[in-house]
Amino acid sequence: MHKYILRRLLMMIPVLIGVMFIIFVLDYIRPGCPSRVILGEAASPEAIARVREELRLDDPFLIRFGSFVGNALTLDFGRSWQTNRPVFQEIFARFPNTMQLAGMSVIFALLMGVPLGILSATKQYSIFDIIANFTGLLAAAIPNFWLGMMMVILFGVNLRIFPTSGWGTPMHWVMPVVAIGASSAAIIMRMTRSSMLECIRSDYIRTARAKGQKESVVIFKHALRNALIPVTTVAGLTFGALLGGAVLTETIFAIPGLGRFMVEAISQMDQPLVQGGVLLIAISFSLVNLLVDILYAFIDPRIRSQYR
Amino acid sequence: MSKNNENLLNIENLSIHFFIEEGTVAAVNDLNFSLKPGETIGLVGETGAGKTTTALGIMSLIQSPPGLVVDGSIIYDGRNLLELSEAEMRAVRGSQISMIFQDPMTSLNPVFPIRDQIAEVVMLHEKVTAAQAIQRAEEMLDKVGIRKERAKDFPHQFSGGMRQRVGIAIALACNPKLLIADEPTTALDVTIQAQVLELMKGLKEENNTSMIMITHDLGIVAEICDKVAIMYAGSVVETADKKELFNNPKHPYTIGLFNSIPDIEKDEEKLKPIKGLMPDPMNLPSGCSFHPRCDHAKPECSQKVPKHTQVNDGHYVRCLLFEEGGE
Ligand SMILES: Nc1ncnc2c1ncn2[C@@H]1O[C@H](COP(=O)(O)OP(=O)(O)O)[C@@H](O)[C@H]1O
Ligand SMILES: [Mg+2]
Repeated sequence: MHKYILRRLLMMIPVLIGVMFIIFVLDYIRPGCPSRVILGEAASPEAIARVREELRLDDPFLIRFGSFVGNALTLDFGRSWQTNRPVFQEIFARFPNTMQLAGMSVIFALLMGVPLGILSATKQYSIFDIIANFTGLLAAAIPNFWLGMMMVILFGVNLRIFPTSGWGTPMHWVMPVVAIGASSAAIIMRMTRSSMLECIRSDYIRTARAKGQKESVVIFKHALRNALIPVTTVAGLTFGALLGGAVLTETIFAIPGLGRFMVEAISQMDQPLVQGGVLLIAISFSLVNLLVDILYAFIDPRIRSQYR
Repeated sequence: MSKNNENLLNIENLSIHFFIEEGTVAAVNDLNFSLKPGETIGLVGETGAGKTTTALGIMSLIQSPPGLVVDGSIIYDGRNLLELSEAEMRAVRGSQISMIFQDPMTSLNPVFPIRDQIAEVVMLHEKVTAAQAIQRAEEMLDKVGIRKERAKDFPHQFSGGMRQRVGIAIALACNPKLLIADEPTTALDVTIQAQVLELMKGLKEENNTSMIMITHDLGIVAEICDKVAIMYAGSVVETADKKELFNNPKHPYTIGLFNSIPDIEKDEEKLKPIKGLMPDPMNLPSGCSFHPRCDHAKPECSQKVPKHTQVNDGHYVRCLLFEEGGE
């Protein structure tokens, strides 16, 4: 198991080098001169030449890529062309907020989705099951941003229960987390339901019942553990996707997160920021993937014995 | 175990139906048989005859909906199991009556070590600590021939035969009075089959356990059963001591079963398989459900349901051919 984790971490190196290469090439072939972005259209030829010299824009491709990788290893992505502050600082001022939002949304989705999924599987075709399925379908179909805006109008503006924008206190977290987590909760509920239904019908559940085991233990001990494997996948993928930032939700609630920040950086052609941000997102996505795979191993010994 | 000639299990007029969208599946129909302490009965029949449903009915594990016991009684040790509450039935399952399932590849929970799966049933029915239960589990593993070092391994690390040994260990961990084995060797290789049967036979004799051996293999019956019940379309059509049934089969279906297995000693004789197919339990023939396939069928066979007729001491047949002669 330790060996497996180590190997997976080592395998991230070529992946990340690939990511860096793509990030770099995309910027390299992009039309327009960076010095004009920094200095504006009215800049004098001397000033432009100075900036090109400073940024080493005239060095050969491989040398530039090499120094990009080298700097990235020391977490040095240069300075933002807009604010002139170090990219690392700019990103890490926002990334924790995004992590927090993504994490809380996934936890919310799991806390809602898994119990409801279990309940609707064990009471298949009951009124509860029908209502849960219908609500789930609705929640999965409603766009996050629309739900967010409706909540702002109802709970923020009319009822004044929650602040309409900003980040920092638990009161700020509620609406964005629900807006983002609702559809994931619905997907996780449906996943849990179908996976539970399959497990409940399996032979080993009959064996557990034949031992004289209580139904609650049969469900929560014998079936749930087996049913959680596909749920883990969905939760992991959702979390990974949210790490890139939930742009629309961050915009609606004015959350200082990475998603909105990155979109702004792209539209301003702030190359160092975009490069640093994308790389950070790629690294965290890879780590989340690894985490999910390790979780699998904890849940299912069959997978554990494949990790050698 | 009080009076020795008293039945441990007595099933009367048991009918179990599944009510599904397409109609009613009459899986078990007016089924009767009984079993004395220490005795082994072979429940023999083709696939779909209702053997598994009968077994699950005894355990009160019929999936409901769609399944329902529509009639009959299952008297075990003086109590009608069908009248017990779920909590009372839980105390019976795994401790008084336990079951070995057909497919060892899917019958064990993939996420728990085999040792814990055995210890679980001990913890449920006996006042022991977790450590004692685990110790008992290891003793059981030893009994079924699995080394102690493998106790913490998971089901996927074992072969089918070994997994069925674990199934046997789970079933016998609490010394049940009645063991139901549902085709325990059907999914196994022939060589492994013999080993597993031998093991079951030994353990059952050691504890004087009664057993219902469900099988479609008359060879297995010959090897370990005391008496036999032949099942067709959800009911027992003939029951007798093993010797009596093998020497003196009466029901045309039983005779057909014997004729459809090859006999090495009389190799000049051709196999005579029973013509036709098992009827669909959603649409059973009227009267005797075997009559469309029976060579001796008379017109009345399609109208009258035959009763159990005693043809010899303890030998009952459900066939109109004998009903007339007997009455
Ligand atoms: N859960 C169920 N729902 C509907 N029909 C069932 C169910 N379980 C068993 N049956 C039907 O009952 C009949 C008897 O099945 P079973 O008891 O498994 O036979 P056997 O074990 O002798 O092969 C079959 O026709 C089968 O299709
Ligand atoms: Mg069966």
